[in-house]
Amino acid sequence: MSITIAEVKKIAELARIELTPAEEKRHAETISAVLDYMKILNEVDTKGVEPTFQVTGLVNVFRKDEVEPCVITKEIIAQMPQTEGDELVVPEVFED
Amino acid sequence: MKLNELTITEAAEGLKKKKFTAVELTRACLDLIKKRNQEINAFITVSEKSALEEAKAADKLLAAGNGKALTGIPFAVKDAICTKDIRSTGSAKILDNYVPPFDATVIKKIRDLGGVLIGKNNCDAFGHGASNENSMYGPVKNPHDTSKVAGGSSGGSAAAVADNQCIFAIAEDTGGSIRQPASFCGVVGLRPSYGRNSRYGIMPMASSLDTVGPITKTVADLAIVMEAIAGRDDRDATTVPDSVPIYTKALEESLKGVKVGVPKEYYEIAGMDPEVKAATEKQIEKLKKLGAKIVDVSLPHTKYAIAVYYIIVPSEDSSNLGRLDGVRYGVRSKPSPRGRGTEGEGSSQGALYDLYAKSRATGFPEEVKRRILIGTYALSAGYYDAYYKKTQQVRTLIKQDFDKVFNPPSGGVDVLITPTSPFPAFTIGEKANDPIAMYLADVMVSPAAVAGMPALSVPAGVTKSGLPIGIQIIGARLKEAKVLNVGYQLETNN
Repeated sequence: MSITIAEVKKIAELARIELTPAEEKRHAETISAVLDYMKILNEVDTKGVEPTFQVTGLVNVFRKDEVEPCVITKEIIAQMPQTEGDELVVPEVFED
Repeated sequence: MKLNELTITEAAEGLKKKKFTAVELTRACLDLIKKRNQEINAFITVSEKSALEEAKAADKLLAAGNGKALTGIPFAVKDAICTKDIRSTGSAKILDNYVPPFDATVIKKIRDLGGVLIGKNNCDAFGHGASNENSMYGPVKNPHDTSKVAGGSSGGSAAAVADNQCIFAIAEDTGGSIRQPASFCGVVGLRPSYGRNSRYGIMPMASSLDTVGPITKTVADLAIVMEAIAGRDDRDATTVPDSVPIYTKALEESLKGVKVGVPKEYYEIAGMDPEVKAATEKQIEKLKKLGAKIVDVSLPHTKYAIAVYYIIVPSEDSSNLGRLDGVRYGVRSKPSPRGRGTEGEGSSQGALYDLYAKSRATGFPEEVKRRILIGTYALSAGYYDAYYKKTQQVRTLIKQDFDKVFNPPSGGVDVLITPTSPFPAFTIGEKANDPIAMYLADVMVSPAAVAGMPALSVPAGVTKSGLPIGIQIIGARLKEAKVLNVGYQLETNN
């Protein structure tokens, strides 16, 4: 297999997704199959070929850096999973 | 004919002549949704109350003689597109309770014209899939045969239009998500050129590929919607400044002398259904009769497009979907009292880690997790050059293939014609546990996406068992008008 269960565990941790042991096994199998399929790209000689990151050809699209009033503050706060007043509540990050 | 069965053109005409009201038209759609949604499952949210209010407002505009192209026309929106005050889940439970406080630009444009938003269409979660089976709200069934998939990822939008549950729909196409379901359901769908329509307010999947476009009952309808939504948007810096053509005017142009390329690689794809091949050849014959010149062309890197697509998408996905973590909006899972910390992190950091990891574990379906994992892997140190960079280099070669057939010094083709999918709609469950088989369903639709070209799927008959077949018309960048012209001529000359 191209990717081991240990590697799946590692990338799942980096990606912040909790997986069950059954999921880890399934992902190791299916991702290995996908990565094996990608080997087809090694047939292509890409020496000296520039990568294409975008297709519009637009370069440096600027706009004025102006402050606009936010008129939907209340609606945004209403979407927050846990609040105290107008503040978002998250678990503690720092230890005492 | 029932009101919900009308096209945009017919409905607008009827509204203008006061044969019926926007409220009646909207009710006809809502009534059918009520009757059919249990079975077809094309809608996750139906906005009945606001739709009827919008229809009433549209009737007022129409009565005052202030109706515009889409005033009073009921439309549906893929759930991965944000709609103000209407729940937008992206078909994933992590956004089960998310109500956007704003409209995506394309939706705002239609609502400003008086379009009536009737609800949100089921899709593969965040656009990840080719069968609509990756929705956390259940698969969408094909209205032509409910044992078959509707296609994906915009399966709910295509099924809703095909089943006359709305007059048109707005969906999103990253690598085929509009065209493939449109072909499976027997309706018209356009992936516009990358940069033609604003993606502001679209839940991002692969930012260098994502586009938003219409699904309609006819090509003429599609031209009307494109005129309403295309154009530059200050809120999407990737939109191009080029002016928007009057697409509806281009439809009637003669095809005499128009050069249509037939790329041989598309016809050599293994597993192509003979009925699909025959249907495509019939359309090519029709083009000949209409005066078009058929030219054999070659796009030698076609077979690498799927591999390129399925590296770019998970890579960009893994980054884009990082925002969905249960912190600021959406569904937050409770961390366990003593969170599972990562090595070296203290217990309180562990609780935050746990909040992220549990929210994402319960909020994403398997395919979304798989893509995030593949992307995280492909972008990680030591693998970036082998996967992401290599892929973007092959992408250059795919794009050059298209440039060579469309813009050679000697004058290129105007459009390319191919099937939209190698096969008609497949059975629900058939490919569900085989990601590679599912990915290969995109073989005809991913090359144009990777190169940023516009591409249209138009119905081209049905199989013996009654399943729709679609053909794809690919154009040069920003040449949607020519693509729609060819599609319209094929559709209206039988």
